[in-house]
Amino acid sequence: MKKFETFSGIAAPMPLVNIDTDMIIPKRFLKSIQRTGFGVSLFDEMRYNRDGTEIPDFVLNKAQYREAQILIAGDNFGCGSSREHAPWALDDFGIKVIVSTSFADIFFNNSFKNGMLPIALPQEQVDILMADAEKGANARMTVDLEAQEITTSDGEVIKFEVDAFKKHCLLNGLDDIGLTMEKETSIDAYEAKAGAERPWV
Amino acid sequence: MSPKTLYDKIWDAHVAHEADDGTCLLYIDRHLVHEVTSPQAFEGLRMAGRKVRAPEKTIAVPDHNVPTTAGREDPAQMTEESRIQVEALDKNAKEFGVHYYPVSDVRQGIVHIVGPENGWTLPGMTVVCGDSHTATHGAFGALAHGIGTSEVEHVLATQTLIQKKSKNMKVEITGKLKPGVTAKDITLAVIGETGTGGGTGYVIEYCGEAIRDLSMEGRMTVCNMAIEGGARAGLIAPDETTFDYCKGRPHAPKAGAWEQALEYWKTLYTDEGAHFDKVVTLKGEDIQPVVTWGTSPEDVLPITGVVPAPEDFEGGKVEAARRSIEYMGLTPGQKLTDIEIDTVFIGSCTNGRIEDMRAAAEVLKGKKIKEGMRAMIVPGSGLVRAQAEEEGLADIFREAGFEWRLAGCSMCLAMNPDQLSENERCASTSNRNFEGRQGYKGRTHLVSPAMAAAAALTGKLTDIRELM
Repeated sequence: MKKFETFSGIAAPMPLVNIDTDMIIPKRFLKSIQRTGFGVSLFDEMRYNRDGTEIPDFVLNKAQYREAQILIAGDNFGCGSSREHAPWALDDFGIKVIVSTSFADIFFNNSFKNGMLPIALPQEQVDILMADAEKGANARMTVDLEAQEITTSDGEVIKFEVDAFKKHCLLNGLDDIGLTMEKETSIDAYEAKAGAERPWV
Repeated sequence: MSPKTLYDKIWDAHVAHEADDGTCLLYIDRHLVHEVTSPQAFEGLRMAGRKVRAPEKTIAVPDHNVPTTAGREDPAQMTEESRIQVEALDKNAKEFGVHYYPVSDVRQGIVHIVGPENGWTLPGMTVVCGDSHTATHGAFGALAHGIGTSEVEHVLATQTLIQKKSKNMKVEITGKLKPGVTAKDITLAVIGETGTGGGTGYVIEYCGEAIRDLSMEGRMTVCNMAIEGGARAGLIAPDETTFDYCKGRPHAPKAGAWEQALEYWKTLYTDEGAHFDKVVTLKGEDIQPVVTWGTSPEDVLPITGVVPAPEDFEGGKVEAARRSIEYMGLTPGQKLTDIEIDTVFIGSCTNGRIEDMRAAAEVLKGKKIKEGMRAMIVPGSGLVRAQAEEEGLADIFREAGFEWRLAGCSMCLAMNPDQLSENERCASTSNRNFEGRQGYKGRTHLVSPAMAAAAALTGKLTDIRELM
């Protein structure tokens, strides 16, 4: 997995609440057996007309947000299906950080597995970032995971919380499976014990 | 020892490793796999030269993409991409040696119906699948939840998941349900109460007399939609209803092992005085047959209600409601029973079991669906289909004018050819009414199987109590 490094980027505002994974990547794009190439289909039904032309009002079609790397979103982002194609599509588009007041559990976990950082903040702070994002392309925010800080284009610093283990994995680009396999003796021991206690499993 | 919730007990019994910061490796007893969220995971194993750690605990079945029309063994019925996914699962199941129910097997069906039906899902287990509706298996008092593809690969390789414990939430449904009110109405009513984010960060335990009174199939319907309330999982403590359901299933314990298992399963309940971080209580008698009006499962109203106005809501929901009402082509103040329907879909992991078929048949018996109505019933598995045929239900459906299909996910997520066209409006027994869920610009109203059958007869959303 790629390492998460401090960056400054454009933030796109998407204040809609309950943005679900069907909106992020509609099911007709789930038929791929690859992990890449989903960026062009990100938010497909909100972003394109049926004939493939762009819907100009959609935020990521606007000139100032086409290179966005940060998404400031409404509450309960990523609800719905477990499809990891949702973070794959965001990542493939170039989004590295999503800020909301809350995230659906599976989407939240899936994002970290792909080197992305979902940040949950209280409403007042999301409001500040949303207002900053609405300023457009000149309003670049800086995300520093090491310091757990987002700095707005005006220099306002907002601190955020992140799970220490997930932070460690992101900063170092660590592969979960490799880490878990280092604990194989614990898994072996558990299997032996559970197998004796609950042999029917 | 301090009192524990059911979730605490199952969690504690599955921690294989705990780090100082509370990050755990949770051991997984059953891993269910389908064709859409697994190909990248198997490919990851192959590239790293890894094996499936516990193929005997891994069960694969194609369901999302498969056509549900007769003659579906013919690859021409599938799009090229769908065919590639199903063939990839065929190949991966064989290569990695996991249990497999191919399309040609009578036991094939929706993964969350196949698991319980064959006795793979048992009380006290941990069950995961790359599908959010894995919550279904919580009906057995199993800790069951959806995972992403990276986690599918992680479970395949290590039989564990990296997890932190969720909080405990209790949803109690007291008393008895009124006639015409079903498990589907319970689960939708709860989401209407808590919102789609109300369960985020929690594992829900459903309890109370109305839950106890449900059959296993009803309990599966309730737990299935725990995810729509944002919860990681939904649980119901196992009892005699659970044990009776499990007994004799192909992969349930036999003879001596059964007694041993039963003794353990009987310890799986929430201790008196255990702590819940959040409690929601609904009175069973207050729950009415419900329907969704919008594009979020929290947009729930009793069928006697009217379409709300955006101004009825607060905060970000005002704009979301405005968008939903426009998308759904509705008018605030319009009676829900005046909404005309052109398609009915009965099926899915929420409502594709034999009792759902029976509930629909009871409404449809000896009647014809409204002229011009497109109506389909898609059984959740080949075994459900066989049972429905044996009971004569399939004849009732066909005579009423329904298409009687083969098993699969079908129009619940419309990855196969079963889709809504633009602006088509569907009364559906599935679990999600998101924009585009059942087809581009398709409009979905979530209902129980009896309400879906009633809508097929009248051509409108219908209060089932008026047909009883």
